[in-house]
Amino acid sequence: MKPLVLTLLRRPEQRLDVSPLVPHRLIGKTAAEIAAIELQTTHVPVTAGDIFRLQMGDAQKIRIENACDRLDGIGLAMTSGEIVVEGSVGIEAGRLMGGGRLTIIGDAGPWAASAMKGGTIEITGNAGDRLGGPRTGETAGMRGGIVVVRGNAGERAGDRMRRGMILVEGGASRYAGCRTIAGTLVVRRTVGPLPGYLMRRGTIVLGGATDAFSPTFVDCGVHDLLALQLMARYVKPVSPRLATLLRRPWRRLAGDMAVLGKGEILTVP
Amino acid sequence: MIINGVQIDDTFAEAFPMRATGLIVTADSPQWANQAAVTMTGFATSVIGCGCEAGIDCQLAPAQTPDGRTGVRVLLFSTSTGELQKQLQGRVGQCVLTSPGSACYAGLDGTERLKLGDALRYFGDGWQVSKRFGGKHYWRIPVMDGEFLCEATTGLTKEAVGGGNLLILGKSSRASLVAAEAAVRAIGRVGDAITPFPGGIARSGSKIGSKYKSVRASTNDAYCPTLTGAVKTALAPDIASVLEIVIDGLTPSAVAAAMRAGLEAILKLGAKRGVVRISAGNYGGKLGPHHFRLKELVR
Repeated sequence: MKPLVLTLLRRPEQRLDVSPLVPHRLIGKTAAEIAAIELQTTHVPVTAGDIFRLQMGDAQKIRIENACDRLDGIGLAMTSGEIVVEGSVGIEAGRLMGGGRLTIIGDAGPWAASAMKGGTIEITGNAGDRLGGPRTGETAGMRGGIVVVRGNAGERAGDRMRRGMILVEGGASRYAGCRTIAGTLVVRRTVGPLPGYLMRRGTIVLGGATDAFSPTFVDCGVHDLLALQLMARYVKPVSPRLATLLRRPWRRLAGDMAVLGKGEILTVP
Repeated sequence: MIINGVQIDDTFAEAFPMRATGLIVTADSPQWANQAAVTMTGFATSVIGCGCEAGIDCQLAPAQTPDGRTGVRVLLFSTSTGELQKQLQGRVGQCVLTSPGSACYAGLDGTERLKLGDALRYFGDGWQVSKRFGGKHYWRIPVMDGEFLCEATTGLTKEAVGGGNLLILGKSSRASLVAAEAAVRAIGRVGDAITPFPGGIARSGSKIGSKYKSVRASTNDAYCPTLTGAVKTALAPDIASVLEIVIDGLTPSAVAAAMRAGLEAILKLGAKRGVVRISAGNYGGKLGPHHFRLKELVR
């Protein structure tokens, strides 16, 4: 069955909230009904039909073409189905996502996968700051699912992550995995200063170097952990590179002892 | 019915519903995976005296285990969910957790679950680590050789069957033992079924009750060759030894397949190897809902 295709006609003049355009909210709607969906932007009313050219198909699979970084909230709270975005996206892509698959063929802005609960997000380019992190006032970030970033992640990737897995095939900026409650963050290349800052539980795997660890992480020696072999098997279908990386002995740093200290950073010995 | 000179009694094995679960135990080598499995399935021959019946279902190649190491699948059977949970926790905790390099995973699917790592994680004294991948939940428990990795739960089935059996009647103890060994080897190739007695064979079949008030089960005197003149015997004079194979399976069809495999292996040896008769134990069909008729199995 052909996907429902939404082609962006022109770059919006202001930021545009496209969060209503998710499979579970479009199923059963006609082209006219979809075109009439109001999208939030400035005080000027805008509908999907004003912004996108519609090509009807199965709404379980949505394809957004010619996307740009002013499209915010793509895949917000989606529960099932698939969205494929050709081009970069704005903030909060896949935020609160509970299921399904979101593929962004480009870069994602800040708070991608914010407080995500399930499903899979793949970002072929770079992810902005606070990947998976909570919005203001929220106590936890990502709570489930899997995020794969083929490029780099910005600051505070995995902030307050509670469950789930973030896989970054490139590097990450400072404070990667900060305030982690639980869950797993894997970064293949270099990370900025203070990874795992104030993490309580959880696992951060660092395949590259870092400028500075917090002194509140303690060295627990080099170990060949069976759990990582298991993790490698799970990761392999979505990231063979990281699966290969995981299959090796790791130096285990326990911390952050400034808080609970039940987390771990695994680094190359 | 006589096949290859062996008489097959017109009778049936009477079996009972049981609760069962399965585990996959892995280790750094097949020897250590088997050591852990053999230890945890020790003293698990009969629910009457052991709380559960357990055994190794099959050996697993690295490609068949969650962590890519060699392993074995173990099945445990009991009469109640509570007792099965108790036995599972005790046996994995004392025999698998303690075994060098071991890890333990669910060996049975199903919506109803028994606690595995969820019950053992407290051994970590707060240092245990929870991990979830692909809809599965694991516990990493720090131990002196590294970490014990254990899946949080395993499946429970209420469709299991216990008490499938074959009685092998031979001209000598050697003849019945050779036949029983062949049957156990054949049953070992049938999935989802175990033979919980030592080496899969029981030489002390029992009847219900005893002349002693405190004894729940006593020797099956009708099948004891040394009592043929003293009791109402089930043995002809040419029978010198009887061995029993008890079979538990996750489903009635698994028990039937196992009994069929055992029967075929014995019949292949034939009367020239000293096997005289094959029979089965039952209670007149009044106690167990599953009846496995020998003649139907060999057709």
